[in-house]
Amino acid sequence: MSKPKVAFYWCASCGGCEEAVVDLNEVVLDVVEAVDIVFWPVAMDFKVSDVAALADGELAAAFINGAIRTSEQAEMAELLRRKAGAVVAFGACAWLGGIPGLANLYSRESLLEFVYRESPSTVGDGVRPLEEFTAPEGTVRLPHFDEDVRTLDQVIDVDYYLPGCPPPPGLIAGAVMALLEGRLPEKGSVLAPDVALCSECPRADSKPEDLKIERFYRPYEIVADQETCLLAQGLVCLGPATRAGCGAVCVNANMPCTGCMGPTGRVVDQGAKAASAIASLIASHDEDEIATLAAQIVDPVGTFYRYSLPASLLHRRVGTDGSGNGKSTDATAPAGASTPGGAS
Amino acid sequence: MLEHELTPRPPAPNGGPRIGVYVCHCGLNIAGKVDIEQVVTFASTLPDVAVARDYKFMCSDPGQELIEQDLRDGLVNRVVVASCSPLMHEATFRRATQEGGQSPFYFQMASIREHVSWVTADGEDATGKAKALVAAAVRRVALHEYLEPRKAEVQPDIMVVGGGIAGIHAALVMADAGKHVYLVERESTIGGHMAKFDKTFPTLDCAACILTPKMSQVRSHPNITLWTYSDVVGVEGFTGDFTVRVRHRPRYVKEELCTGCLECIEKCIHKQGKFEDEWNEGLSKRKPIYIPFPQATPPVVVVDPEACIWFKTGKCPQTCIDACERDAFDFEQTETFDEVKVGAIVLATGFKTFQAERMPEYGYGLYPNVYTSLEVERLLNAAGPTGGEVVLRDGSEPKVVGIIHCVGSRDAKHNLWCSKVCCMYSLKLAHMVKERTGAEVYNFYIDMRTPGKGYEEFYDKILREGVHMVRGRVAGVTDEAASPEEEGHLVIRAEDTLIGSVRRIPVDMVILAVGITPQPDAQDVRRMFNISCGGEGFFTERHPKLAPVSTFTDGVFLAGACQGPKDIPDTVAQAGAAAAEVLAMVDRGFVMLEANTAHIEDELCSGCKTCVGLCPFSAIAFDEERKRASVNEVVCKGCGVCVAACPSGAAQQHLFTDEEIFAEIEGVLAYV
Amino acid sequence: MSEPTREDAFEPKIVAFFCNWCTYTAADLAGISRMQYAPNVRAIRLMCSGRVDPQFVLSALREGADGVLIGGCHPGDCHYQEGNYNARRRFELLRLMLRDLGIEDERVRLEWISASEGDRVQKVCNEMTEQIRALGPLRLGTVPKVDGERASPAPATELVGQVTS
Repeated sequence: MSKPKVAFYWCASCGGCEEAVVDLNEVVLDVVEAVDIVFWPVAMDFKVSDVAALADGELAAAFINGAIRTSEQAEMAELLRRKAGAVVAFGACAWLGGIPGLANLYSRESLLEFVYRESPSTVGDGVRPLEEFTAPEGTVRLPHFDEDVRTLDQVIDVDYYLPGCPPPPGLIAGAVMALLEGRLPEKGSVLAPDVALCSECPRADSKPEDLKIERFYRPYEIVADQETCLLAQGLVCLGPATRAGCGAVCVNANMPCTGCMGPTGRVVDQGAKAASAIASLIASHDEDEIATLAAQIVDPVGTFYRYSLPASLLHRRVGTDGSGNGKSTDATAPAGASTPGGAS
Repeated sequence: MLEHELTPRPPAPNGGPRIGVYVCHCGLNIAGKVDIEQVVTFASTLPDVAVARDYKFMCSDPGQELIEQDLRDGLVNRVVVASCSPLMHEATFRRATQEGGQSPFYFQMASIREHVSWVTADGEDATGKAKALVAAAVRRVALHEYLEPRKAEVQPDIMVVGGGIAGIHAALVMADAGKHVYLVERESTIGGHMAKFDKTFPTLDCAACILTPKMSQVRSHPNITLWTYSDVVGVEGFTGDFTVRVRHRPRYVKEELCTGCLECIEKCIHKQGKFEDEWNEGLSKRKPIYIPFPQATPPVVVVDPEACIWFKTGKCPQTCIDACERDAFDFEQTETFDEVKVGAIVLATGFKTFQAERMPEYGYGLYPNVYTSLEVERLLNAAGPTGGEVVLRDGSEPKVVGIIHCVGSRDAKHNLWCSKVCCMYSLKLAHMVKERTGAEVYNFYIDMRTPGKGYEEFYDKILREGVHMVRGRVAGVTDEAASPEEEGHLVIRAEDTLIGSVRRIPVDMVILAVGITPQPDAQDVRRMFNISCGGEGFFTERHPKLAPVSTFTDGVFLAGACQGPKDIPDTVAQAGAAAAEVLAMVDRGFVMLEANTAHIEDELCSGCKTCVGLCPFSAIAFDEERKRASVNEVVCKGCGVCVAACPSGAAQQHLFTDEEIFAEIEGVLAYV
Repeated sequence: MSEPTREDAFEPKIVAFFCNWCTYTAADLAGISRMQYAPNVRAIRLMCSGRVDPQFVLSALREGADGVLIGGCHPGDCHYQEGNYNARRRFELLRLMLRDLGIEDERVRLEWISASEGDRVQKVCNEMTEQIRALGPLRLGTVPKVDGERASPAPATELVGQVTS
């Protein structure tokens, strides 16, 4: 009996998700035993034409990581959708837009300007690549760089979501096995526990029931105590607003959770909910004091929407959709956020 | 999967929501501005709407019958009524929905009267807004969950806070009905302001004669626990089940032993009074040990630790202790506390008179013979500082007296309201002063307000007695004579508007008819009982016409001047009304609980504890073992703060779930 | 340029979240007193301003609102003691986030309006309507739906510069 065929593909991503598969260590051998990987650009030499040659639905599953920012990524997503029985959005970028999603705070034009002209490390006259160029030998094309970052399910129909940046090895293995054994839950499910991180955080007992935050700290500003709840120490830990399933690796490294496992099932907008929860814990009753404390959270959009801006309710910063609408101009960096490559 | 888009629901098969939309004309109140037909037609195009009707008065019996019939016929299983404010008729239509056989919570209201027809100038705009609000209600009600109305038991005891005539009357009515009542009074005696008066208008009844029997009844009533010199320091719980903490301040006398013989006062080391007697409005002096007035109830003396030598120096022969045959003194007494459970609370905390010093133009505190009405009441009272004689500071009788109405009232610089009782009591004072002293009396008024039973007749009588009436707001009182006749007198300057000229009237005594103001601690009190105050500072009733004795906090009722200026007949009537409403609640034995409580989905709770400390009612408990939070839905008052804060969406609020509100948001924007 | 006709004049849509005990009651009072005000504000009734979840504000903006108004009791007067303080805390943080997301301060407002302040409802609604009219519609652009529908089509690519060797 032939093994089920699977594909791995990467879109606007960092490569960490591919490494996460490798991080399965010896378990990857079981995976490789059980499935036939017919497409994995980072590791294997199959071509797009090989995928195109498959019958529709011939792939058991396509694991696609990374967000969608170019026309090529969108085309590949659509191709794999046609060829796969199940599409799994693999990792935070595919599910929520991920860190690349923060590019939605800038317009396409301002990004290109920065990269090709303004950045300190750019050499040249600010030449922009063309999308099409006809040379005597033929025409070459580059993918179109989209107006903004989209999540995978804003481009194709997605069956399952595997959260994390990257997804923890345990969840990956679990997902693959579930797929192979036909044990996957209902379509649309996120393949991780539907409960927030505090449930598996080793410091949960030290978190007081009536926590009131009198000051917010950035991680470099204090040496966090190793045993105490990080939020209770004034660090902006998004654990309460983030799914469990990662084993609280960041917290165990004495760093606050940044929200990569995405929100739980009843939350529509992770950044808004996390902000609501953390703001509610501000100690003061005085309006000015409250404003001062809130302002201690530097770059709140980058903090609360670190992985989820394209999936959020507003999707992008107003005025960056290139249509020239809205009051915000491309040239102005969002207040509080660093300009691309500028001093942070 | 993130569900951003709430896609339009396809027409529901049998068992799904079938919504009936009922648009009210409210006579012309809505129909005069909003195009009802357009709204009905529009409603019928909305998803899940099975029936859309309109009617002239939805709240009437036939209107409600429309709803009930559609429900009984199975045409609809959820109801939207577009009419007035839910604060007006949500209960009415929920009942109708229940009568029709459905859960009363499968109902939503769209306010197209208070929020649309009454406030929108243009008819087209109004119709558009009405449609938007109807759409919001329709989208929302489709998601309402099945909820059963729930009850909680009511504690049988009742507390009345304030022992003036309002509190006394309410307490007696409820105690006579067999209920156990705690009557808490801050002063050392009950009686309130009424106990300070000499006679009451319009009948000129002796205030003490009509009040003291009631005070005595309170003291001896088997069902009343009278706590004087006590105040409420904390209230917890909710309707039907309040826990009230009461502090008893030390009199340094054992209440149960003192017989009120007053020997101790006689034998006090102070031969005469040296300290300001608050009861007599500072017109006389008392000793450190005192009783406010002879008929004080309970008839127990009080020791003032600020004045008593024993407390100040520790060196006193304490002749008072020797004088007491009952050995009732206890100088070691400290504050004690009681915590009681009651089902309802009546607030009858009364009023304060306007501080006349705030109007220096009238000379109070500047000229010795300018008095407030309350001070004159004490002069007139036989148990007062002058034994009932109206005399000036030097002991002589006034020959001419001026009474200035509206002091502090009807005044843009002080209080805008009319204090309701001052015209009548000024006429009464005019009569009594004239009777006692034979003086010429001038009343300076703006309008003469005498609306009650027998009040106009009383005014007529006073006019016939030859009291002079000058219609004009008094500009000022001065002692600077402008002519020889004015030497040695106080001069009242006012425009007599009926003759059109300014007059200067020399008088010996000026009486300021000070208005009724809220107690200075009204804000603290109302926060403690979780009710609100209006802009002026009086406690807010639930509805000015239809619910004048209840408040927005179920179980807390109002009686008397704390709710607004009023005279004794109205006060007693209101106190009786409050007692009746309390009895209705307590006799019924249960209250309906808030339907919109919060609850936490056990499997979704991560134990993050964000909610626990946010609940002001301590309704959320955290289970240390299971690491889950849960809401006590009996204590929960349904504010939803925990729900908005819950970072994982595990906490939701019945009737205000996230999904319902998202649907409402969508509906209010999607169509119009 | 001719006066915009009624059909093409921009009419702001403002979603309001009013707390039951204070602001919603004040709006009722404005109605009873027949105070006329701009029809652009559509009120959603919540029991307390403390129930206002920032998700609601964002959802309203996404669904087509040009502005959002949150109305609650004055500090110290909340029927549920503390709810309005929580509304303030969340609003302060949300405001900073909205700025970074390019949304003007005037578009999302938190106002304390007590039950007797019907005139304040009138004033705030009129004022906010005019302010947002002056700001213009909130152009979020097409926000992609989850079922794969494309965002607004990409504009023509810019063929700038030249190839260097």
